[in-house]
Formats: sequence, C-alpha cells, structure tokens
Amino acid sequence: MPKAAVKAKKSAKPKKAAEPTIATVPISVKVNGRPYSLAIEPRMLLVEFLREALDLTGTHVGCDTTYCGACTVLLNGASVKSCTVFAVQADGAEITTVEGLERDGQLAPIQKAFGDCYGLQCGYCTPGLMLSTYQLLSRNKQPADKDIRKAIAGNTCRCTGYQNIFKAIQVAAQSLKGA
Amino acid sequence: MLSQLGEDGKLLAGGQSLIPLMKLRFANPKHLVDLNFVSGTSYIKEEKGTLRFGALTRHAEIEYSATVAKVPILHDCASGIADVQVRNRGTIGGSLAEADPSGDWATVLSTLETTIRCIGKKGERTIPLGKFITDAYTTALAREEIVSEVVVTVPSQGSGGAYLGFKRSAPVYPTASAAVQLTLDGDICKDVAIALGCVGLTAIKATDAESALRGQKINEKTSNAAAEAARSAADPQPDMRGSAEYKRMLVGSLVKRAIELAVRRARGEQIEVSHIYA
Repeated sequence: MPKAAVKAKKSAKPKKAAEPTIATVPISVKVNGRPYSLAIEPRMLLVEFLREALDLTGTHVGCDTTYCGACTVLLNGASVKSCTVFAVQADGAEITTVEGLERDGQLAPIQKAFGDCYGLQCGYCTPGLMLSTYQLLSRNKQPADKDIRKAIAGNTCRCTGYQNIFKAIQVAAQSLKGA
Repeated sequence: MLSQLGEDGKLLAGGQSLIPLMKLRFANPKHLVDLNFVSGTSYIKEEKGTLRFGALTRHAEIEYSATVAKVPILHDCASGIADVQVRNRGTIGGSLAEADPSGDWATVLSTLETTIRCIGKKGERTIPLGKFITDAYTTALAREEIVSEVVVTVPSQGSGGAYLGFKRSAPVYPTASAAVQLTLDGDICKDVAIALGCVGLTAIKATDAESALRGQKINEKTSNAAAEAARSAADPQPDMRGSAEYKRMLVGSLVKRAIELAVRRARGEQIEVSHIYA
C-alpha cells in the first residue's frame, strides 16, 4: 500500500458507524415488589430489560425464539416468555422473576422442592420451570400428572432431566396444599 | 395512527408470531402500534346463539372459559395452541389477522359459521371467515383496518366437533391438523364440516370429504372414504416437519380420528381431546 494512502487513512477522523438514534421511552414497572422507572429503547425485550437494565440475571435467555421457556416470568400473574414481549409493553405491570420467589431469605416451597428432588442438572432451565410451576399451582392446587405435563410443555430441559423436575412439581404441589 | 404511519406501521397484538418474525428480520416494521393497551378488546360474550370474542382475547382466556366449553372444538383449539406461556399472551384476533398457514384458529373456525368484524376509517364491516383469509399471511383487511371481533355461531344440539393436531412438541406448529364438526340425526350424518390445517397455503375446506359423510351412516367405510378424500384435498409443502406425501397420509388419519371423536361428542359423551405428540 502506498505510504500516502496509509497516512491519509490515519489522519482521517475515525468515522463512527452511523447508528440511528432511537428515542427512549419512559416506563414504570414493579419487579418482585420493587418499583422501577427507566427510559428504554422501545425495541428492548423484556428479558433484556430484566437482565441488563435491572441486573436481575436469574431470568435466562435459552433460545430467543419463543421455544425453550428459560426466560419465563410472570407478567401481571400470567407466565410469559420474556424474550417475546417488548419491555415497553410491561409499562405499569407487575413482574415476578425467579428472584422474587423467596420470602425473607427463605427458599419458597417450589424452590425447596426443586432442590430436594434434584429437579435440576445444569440449572439453566430451572428459573423458567419454577415460574411455570408457580403458574400451574396458582391455577390448579391438585394437578394430575397430565396437568403437570401440559404445564411445563413450554419449558425445555436440554439435560432432559424431566423425571426429577416432574417429582419436584408433585412435591411442591403437596407442600403448598396446606398453605 | 395506521394511516399516518403508512407502509411502515404494523399492529402488535399478542406478539407471539410478530416478535419472532421481527427477530428473524422477516418482518421489519419501523413502527408498531401496540393494541394491548386498548381497553375493552378482550372479552367472551354469549349472545343470541353466537359467541363473540374480542380481538385481543387471549387463547388462555378461551381455554379456561366455561362458556366456550359448551363448544368443545373451540376448547380443543385454545388449549392446544403452543404452550401455557404463548397461550397467556397470544390472541384470537392476532392469529386470524396473521393468517399463518399453520395457525390453529383458522382451521377450527372454518368448520363453524364464523364472521370477522373489522373496523376501519370507512366504518365497520363483517367478513365471513372464508373470505377474510385470502392467501398465506394475507387477509381482506385494508391497510387502515383492524379486526375488532370474531363471531362464532354456536352449533345446534346434536352437533359435535373435535380438533386434532400432530405435533413434534408443544411450542411448534402442528405437522398437520384436522377439524371436524358434524351433526347427527340418529345414525345418519345430517351435516358436516371438515377443515385441514398446515397442509396448504390456507386452511382447506375438504368438501369432498364432507360429501362422503353427509346423508350417510358414519362407519368404517364412510370414514375411510372421507379420510381418502381429505388426502386428495390436501396440498402440503415439504419442509422440516415432513415430506408432502407424509403430511398427506397424516392428515387423512387425523380426519378419521377427528370424525370418531366428533361422533362421540355429538352423542353427548364428554371427552377430553388433546393433540398427538410425536
């Protein structure tokens, strides 16, 4: 390469890629009982908002294609895949993530059951599965086996450790029956 | 708003199809108009022999509705869509307006008398479902028009229906699906509607399969004839879910099973129907 060309390149101001400026939108949400008000880009997904803006990294991104359910959270009490909801859509909503299951530093019955039954191997899918369990038990206190299967059909365990997950949900249902 | 945004604007309902499509860059709208904040768009009403669904009614609300339970094929459909999380979010109006060839609602509602109420700048109009979805991902909706309500006529007494899909796993679309709604007069099939899903650019009304049953006793012979006619009516595309020939065979078998279930329900039997998972 001729020297002049190199020099010219060096002296030229480093050009920044013309990034489109995206106006932010203010939102207010309550996550695990705590209120937050932030301005965010409208294209931000709810899962990115939870993980990156609020640093609540318990909610995982597994597939980012609405398949695996690792990103499951409760949005106004209904389980959703947070990779398939825009954060701005949660404006005014109450969100529960896995971090919101415990009470006063004590594991919630669902969490305890997953631990006791070894309902996890690598643990990546566990937060989503626990929130799907929470959704199931909020709608059905005595789920039959087929109800449990249907309830977690949207949560993929890539370790395929479903037997113990299944047991954990049965135990969680038992322990919550008295509650 | 849509008229201001023109080509760049798109409506966002439950987002369970549109958001994944945007991630894949198959859809690239500059602006989204979120319908979820519009109040009074999510409801189920029973009125003069019809069920009226607000466009933003979520699949889960339909799944758990005691009113809808009276029309079992609608419950089959709502409770079989994807998984709990998607059903909590996805909407009936969004599903029909997207007109995905693999969408469940269009197939099931094709077997019932269904009309789509649309509201636009020029006012309101009602479109029969058969004229609403015109092609894959294409509807009769004008640019500045939205679905406001889905109106389904409740089938008469002595009518029974079932919807059955074959799926590899819950979150994916069925490989093929079949919806059958039939009315019995004693042993004779007085009337019948059969629709096939995921085996064409839109849901397919299998009219020859219907003719094989209408006015006939439903038995092994007539059911087989209907299944065979359904196979001929199917126009499947080969894809990762299976070859065209595989899907054609599959959809005939699903029709046959759905006929059996519909007959049992028409006779008053309470049965739970769920998709078949591979």
